[in-house]
Amino acid sequence: MAERILIRAREYHDSVRLMRVSEAIRKSPGVTEAMVMMATPNNKKILGNAGLLSGEAEAARADDLIIALIADCEANAATALELAEDSLAQKPGGAAGVALPRTLDAAQAATPGANVVAISVPGEHAYREAKRALELGLNVFLFSDNVALEDERRLKELAAEKNRLVMGPDCGTAIIGGACLGFANKVRPGKVGVIGASGTGTQEITSLLDWLGAGLSHAIGTGGRDLKAEIGGATMLQALDLLAADPGTEVIAITSKPPSAEVAEKVVAACRAVGKPVVINFLGLGRTGTEGNVTFTDTLAETALAAARLIGANDELPALSEEEAETYLAAARAKRTGGQKYLRGLYAGGTLCYEALLGLKELKVQSNLSAGAGPLPDLFTSVGHTVIDMGEDDYTDGRPHPMIDPGLRNQRILKEAADPEVALLLLDLVIGYAAHEDPAESLARTLTEARASAAEAGRELPVIVTICGTEADPQDHAAQVARLETADILVTRSNAEAVRLAAAYLEDIHG
Amino acid sequence: MAEAPNPLLSAPLSVINLGAELFAEALRQQEVPVVQVQWTPPAAQDDDLLDLLDTLL
Repeated sequence: MAERILIRAREYHDSVRLMRVSEAIRKSPGVTEAMVMMATPNNKKILGNAGLLSGEAEAARADDLIIALIADCEANAATALELAEDSLAQKPGGAAGVALPRTLDAAQAATPGANVVAISVPGEHAYREAKRALELGLNVFLFSDNVALEDERRLKELAAEKNRLVMGPDCGTAIIGGACLGFANKVRPGKVGVIGASGTGTQEITSLLDWLGAGLSHAIGTGGRDLKAEIGGATMLQALDLLAADPGTEVIAITSKPPSAEVAEKVVAACRAVGKPVVINFLGLGRTGTEGNVTFTDTLAETALAAARLIGANDELPALSEEEAETYLAAARAKRTGGQKYLRGLYAGGTLCYEALLGLKELKVQSNLSAGAGPLPDLFTSVGHTVIDMGEDDYTDGRPHPMIDPGLRNQRILKEAADPEVALLLLDLVIGYAAHEDPAESLARTLTEARASAAEAGRELPVIVTICGTEADPQDHAAQVARLETADILVTRSNAEAVRLAAAYLEDIHG
Repeated sequence: MAEAPNPLLSAPLSVINLGAELFAEALRQQEVPVVQVQWTPPAAQDDDLLDLLDTLL
C-alpha cells in the first residue's frame, strides 16, 4: 500500500472538475481510493472517513487544494499522482491553444453580443462578480449560494436601476427562449411562461408542461429568497413585467414557497394587473381556486395542469395506472415484516423534498427542511420517518450537487437499507442539462445492492422513484425509466404522484 | 428604470460563464454561444481596491 496526500496552497478548481479528476485517478492502475478536493470543513470530514486526512491536510485552508490517494504500490501511486497533476494542468473549456479570458471584463470585451453572465463561483466571491456584470449591462444567472441577504438586496436594487435581472442567488434553473441555464430540461416551445423561486419546482412544472403538450416560452428563476420581506419579490416583479410584455407568452405560472404576507399581497396584485391569466403556486399555503385572471394551486403538478388547460392543451398528466401502482404496493405489503414501519425519503431536488413534506404532513416526519417537519438531530442518521434534501449546503459544501454526483446519496441509501425499521424508500431522479449523464444506472445499481443486503437480513425493500424530466432530455427519459423498472422500482412521472403513493403505502401501518 | 428596456427575452442567449465548466459544457451541447472565464479567486480581499482596479482596467 502506498499513500499520497498533497496540499497545493491557494489553488482553486470547481467541484465538478475535481469530481471528474478524482474519477479519472480512481481508474488509474492499482488505485483503490482517490479524492481531489478543496479543503473545506465538509471535505475534510469525507477525507477523514476515508482515512486520508493527514495533519497537514487537517490544517489546510478552504481555498487550498488537497490531492489524496491510496494505491497498491509506490510506482502506481506515483503514476496516479502524475495523472492528477496533468489533469489539473489542463485548461478548461476553450479550444486548444486559445487563451481563455481571466476576468468578466475581458470576456465581455471579447464577446460584445453576450447578454447573460452565469455565475457559480464560491458564494463569498459571487456578489462582486454579479455587481460587475450588472454594471456592464448584463443579466445575471446567479447559481452560487451563500450570498448574504443584504448583498442580494443591494444587487437587486442595482438590477432595477440598470433594468436588468438577477436570477438568484441560489438559482438552479432558467430557460430563456429554449436555452437552458443551470439544471434545466429540454421543454418543447410553447406559450406558458414560468417564474420560479426554486430550481426543481421550476423543473417539475416545465417538464410536466411538456408532457401535457403545452410547452414553454421562458422560465425565469428568482432565487429562493426573492419573496422574503427583505427582498420584496424584486426579481419576481421584474420577471412578471417581462413576461407580460412578451408576445410569445399567453399564460404565466409562478411558484414559490410561501412568501411573507406583505410580499404575497404585492405579487398577487401585480399578477392581477398583467393582463394575462396567471397560475400562482405558493407551496404549502393551501390556497386554491380562481379569482379573476388568477388561479391558485396547491402542488407543482396542479400548477402545470392549470397552466396547460388555460392555453387549451388537453393531454392528461402522465401517471401510472391505478392497477399498476396497486399491484406493486400490494406485493410489497404482503412481504413486509412487522418491524418495517418507517419511510425514508432521500431527495436531490429541494422543492421536490419540500413538496413531499407537505404531502406527508399527517406522518411525523423529520427533515433538514422545515415545511411542517421536525428537525433531524443528526443529518447523517435517519430516525422514524425521515425525508431529507441532500442538495442542501450541509451535504454539498465543497462537493457537487447530488444531481451531478450521486455518491453521497448512494451511501445513504445503503445505510437506510441496513435499518430493519425502513418500510419504504422514496427518491427523486432529476435528468436534463447539467445533471448526471446516466443517473438511473448509478441509482439502479445502488438499489440492487441495497436490496440484496436487506434480503440477507430477511427483508424486502420497496422503492418509489419520481423522475423529473422530458422525453427530449439528453439522458433519454424512456431508457432511464426502463432501467429503474428493470430493477423492480415503482417509477412515477410526477412528485405529487410519488408522494401520494408513499402515503397510501404507509396508511395501514400508521392509519 | 434609467436604462434601456431589458432585451433578455427577445435576443438569442449568449453567455459568459464564471465558475463550473459543466454549465458551459451544457450550453455548448445546446449550441448556445458561451465563453468560459478561467476564473480564480482574487488574491486580496480588499473589495475597494478591486473595485478601483475594475474601473482602471
